[in-house]
Amino acid sequence: MADGGTTDGRGIGARVLRKEDSRHLAGRGNFTGDIKRPGQVELAFVRSPVAHALIKSVTKPAGFEKSVFTVADMPGMLPMRAPSKLPGYKGADYPALADGKVRFVGEPVAVCVAATRAEAEDIAQAVAVDYEELLPVVDMLAAREPDAPVIHDGWDDNIVLETFTDDDFSKIADRATVVVKREYRMARQAMNPMEGKAVFVEWDDRVDQLMMWTSTQVPHLIRTGLAQFLGLEQRQVRVIAPDVGGGFGYKVVLQPEELCAAWLARHLRAPVRWIEDRREHLVSGANCREHHYHVTLHATPEGDILGLDCDVTVDAGAYSAYPFTNGLEGAMAHGNLPGPYKLDVYRCRTRTVSTNKPPLLPYRGVARPGVCYAMEMTIDALAREIGVEAHEIRARNMVEESEMPFMSIAKKHFDSGNYAKSVQMAVDMIGLDELRARQAAPMEDGRLLGVGMGSYVEQTAHGTSVFSSWGVAMVPGYEQATVRLTPDGGLELRIGVQSHGQGMETSMAQVAYEVLGIDPDNVTVTHGDTGLTPYSTGTYASRSMVMAGGATSRACKVLAERMEIIGAHLLQCERAEVSVRGGKVISGKGEVSFAEIGRVWYLNPDELPEDVDQGGVEVTMGYRPEPDSGAFTYATHACAVAVDADTGKVEVLDYVIVEDCGTMVNPMIVEGQTFGGATQGIGTALLEESGYDAAGNPLNSTFADYTMPGATNAPHYRIDHIESPSPFTEYGIKGMGEGGTIPTPAAIGNAINDALKSIGAEVSETPFTPRRVRAAIAAAKGEAA
Amino acid sequence: MKSAKFDYDRAGTLGDALATLGNADGEFRVLGGGQSLGPMMNLRLAQPDRLIDLSKVAGLDGIDAAGATLRIGARVTHARIEDGGVPGETGAYMKFVATGISYRSVRNRGTIGGSLAHADPAADWPSALLALGGEVVIAGQDGERKMPFDGFQIGPFATGLGYDEILVAVELPQLADGAKWGYYKVNRKPGEFADAIGAVVMGDAPRAVCGATGSAPFRVDAIEQKLAGGSTELSIAEARDMISGHDPGFDDYELQIHAVALSRAVGRAFA
Repeated sequence: MADGGTTDGRGIGARVLRKEDSRHLAGRGNFTGDIKRPGQVELAFVRSPVAHALIKSVTKPAGFEKSVFTVADMPGMLPMRAPSKLPGYKGADYPALADGKVRFVGEPVAVCVAATRAEAEDIAQAVAVDYEELLPVVDMLAAREPDAPVIHDGWDDNIVLETFTDDDFSKIADRATVVVKREYRMARQAMNPMEGKAVFVEWDDRVDQLMMWTSTQVPHLIRTGLAQFLGLEQRQVRVIAPDVGGGFGYKVVLQPEELCAAWLARHLRAPVRWIEDRREHLVSGANCREHHYHVTLHATPEGDILGLDCDVTVDAGAYSAYPFTNGLEGAMAHGNLPGPYKLDVYRCRTRTVSTNKPPLLPYRGVARPGVCYAMEMTIDALAREIGVEAHEIRARNMVEESEMPFMSIAKKHFDSGNYAKSVQMAVDMIGLDELRARQAAPMEDGRLLGVGMGSYVEQTAHGTSVFSSWGVAMVPGYEQATVRLTPDGGLELRIGVQSHGQGMETSMAQVAYEVLGIDPDNVTVTHGDTGLTPYSTGTYASRSMVMAGGATSRACKVLAERMEIIGAHLLQCERAEVSVRGGKVISGKGEVSFAEIGRVWYLNPDELPEDVDQGGVEVTMGYRPEPDSGAFTYATHACAVAVDADTGKVEVLDYVIVEDCGTMVNPMIVEGQTFGGATQGIGTALLEESGYDAAGNPLNSTFADYTMPGATNAPHYRIDHIESPSPFTEYGIKGMGEGGTIPTPAAIGNAINDALKSIGAEVSETPFTPRRVRAAIAAAKGEAA
Repeated sequence: MKSAKFDYDRAGTLGDALATLGNADGEFRVLGGGQSLGPMMNLRLAQPDRLIDLSKVAGLDGIDAAGATLRIGARVTHARIEDGGVPGETGAYMKFVATGISYRSVRNRGTIGGSLAHADPAADWPSALLALGGEVVIAGQDGERKMPFDGFQIGPFATGLGYDEILVAVELPQLADGAKWGYYKVNRKPGEFADAIGAVVMGDAPRAVCGATGSAPFRVDAIEQKLAGGSTELSIAEARDMISGHDPGFDDYELQIHAVALSRAVGRAFA
């Protein structure tokens, strides 16, 4: 029986330094942009400068007719299609190059090929496109109106998906005498991974394969999509994600540029490269977060929340991206609005609408930052209304630990945790009493002090049954991992998920250590290569540690059993007398190193026992949690802010996080992921916005006018943990990669509204820019802004 | 995001650079530190036919405090000023301003002359030096001329420099030790371009500048008169009234933050 080597601190729960860091800190990473081949060509895209128009003609510059490709020049490249089985869902095919019509500024219209990117851009600049402009649909609420221009041919309106759950509010009418109504907006954003999208493709005749290196989270899905939309067999496509500099959901879809690059590499028979630049990202990649909410809470005067009534609008942009569709956010908003709270009644309408903006993609947290913001801001509004502390309302309405597992009103199956404890710990850590005392007098510099918090519960690592209910074509099943002992006793671990900043080369090795006791330094984790790893739907939905970690554990356990058979034979003892521990097979009589096992299997099979497993020392095992309804991570974030009432500028003074992601594999990575997520949440709350004018022109197309959170915006986070293992997963691990982003806009918004409560002002639209905060103050005071 | 094609000259002497400019055939641009022109070219917002790089021209990076005025070469970087390269009270003021310009890596290359010639309304030096007073020194085909900061910048990205001229230095008054000055920048985060600038310098006469206006920074005479009258405070409401007198085309929020910037600049000057 394998029991690994948990005693010396490199297994599950250890703060092992990341194996990845040495190469990245030395600048020796190997990203798609680092790949070079003789004869390679580069691409530049001609992108639409208008939001909605018919393409009347495309004129290629003289002498460059063979360097410019429109959709008509690329036979066999099919439009991308992401179907959904959700009732009433209207999918819109996404052509990699616009086919007669453009539907957002930045949409690729033609692709130009040259030896260098600069020359390709010269050609692109000289391509003349004649557009006949159509009325654009820019605002999501306007898109719902019956007189709005319809974006897609054959549609009678712009509604992509509508969901509605009704309930009988008369059941609570006599008790729920407090009714709080609010309206919120969350702005559109661009995800801005440090490395943008990048792709390098060549056709390898030796293996009759399209070889694509691409900056992606989902190499296997890219392979499936490329084959489908290029008319290739999947064996003819190999996709490798080398080092990837952040994904955040931007790299969870097949991009039009990937499809074009693949077609061109195949037909030009030349290595083709496209590296997204930041302006392309900020324009064509402004594709996430944009939600609008009407929220009504029905509560008792004591703060018992009895009913929640929501009307949600999601701006899904122009097309449906492969494979997750643009219907996911609306469906998730519906399922997540009630959060960790118990409700008697819940009514929710969601409308996902198409607009002349880039296609919606699922950004870290996916729908939940907006959902949490709408719910948690309204809870604080309720608290102000009835005159109690908001944390008391949270705690008294949360699902209790003793009730787990618990089926929420939105049909989420909560597995474990003490939600209210996270609230109380956050209250203590932020020092609420002291902050309240300080609020009695103005701050020395005249600013207003506020304190706020946000709580959430997040379904992670959900599996087949959940994705199946969302109607997407891509449904994850058993996640697989392959482990292989090398002849000298090292371990190769192959996983189909992809690590792009999560430190999985370390944390997966820690799981192997937990089972086998093999030093993580002697484990090579291979990921992100369809040619070398088991098929996987990839890294998203905070699933990889649970799923691939579980599969790694299972595979290592089988490997341990096989090594025990060999080890027992070499030690001349019974199988029951040996166990795998500390990287060795051990019995009372002695021990055999993994190197000995490897030597015997590979090089001296004459020493093997008769009953050896003929599968050898290479094992592939699959895993999925049972049930696969998800492991629910939760957290409470609390912060203190200072609001400059004269300028509207907000500074985050202090920020605390209490989170519970079950068993932590590497607490240092958990904390790093959480801090990074929270900093992105600060971007959502205070800084980042992809705005549009009435004609659908993007207003934030460079970093001069799109403000990212930087070092000076990140507070010194203080974090504490609760560890409530999931009863449903291997080791009790829960996913946690996304959670940091979720409650931050709510916590900061609540802190701002707390600071402004003496004025009677409230903010309700992210980002809470100085201009918006100042407008709220001025409106409440009856001043000019 | 790669620049369009351009020709490139690394000028050996100022004379060579001026001769090339004088014979310009198309759009010729002078390259200082390249921290604004470079990104604009990469975005293809600027597509000059030829760049004339001043980095090897001798005599443009001096800081001379010997005369009645301070003379600072056009190629002196923000970082040198941040590090205390300019002496005296004027140096202290400029150090304060330089420290708030963008990020250190930009300050290492960006130059004072480049910033003034580029004349981005949201940049620091055009506002800060208009408040200090002094002159820009301009080399042209017929030798040097000087222009006061008053009137040098005439609009967004527009100055009194001729197409065949090069800004070679600034000449600035040396403030008396302990002279009052205050500079306040409203922006979204440290290092970003300003949304509003207030600059107040109590030199021989008070000068108060409203900057980051969308056009050229301007002096607010009513504030200067108030300070000349001995006031050491300026309320936001007063500042709003006084700025409004210049009809700056602000919306209400812009007026508010420019008033805050000037009010707080005065506050800092007399703190």
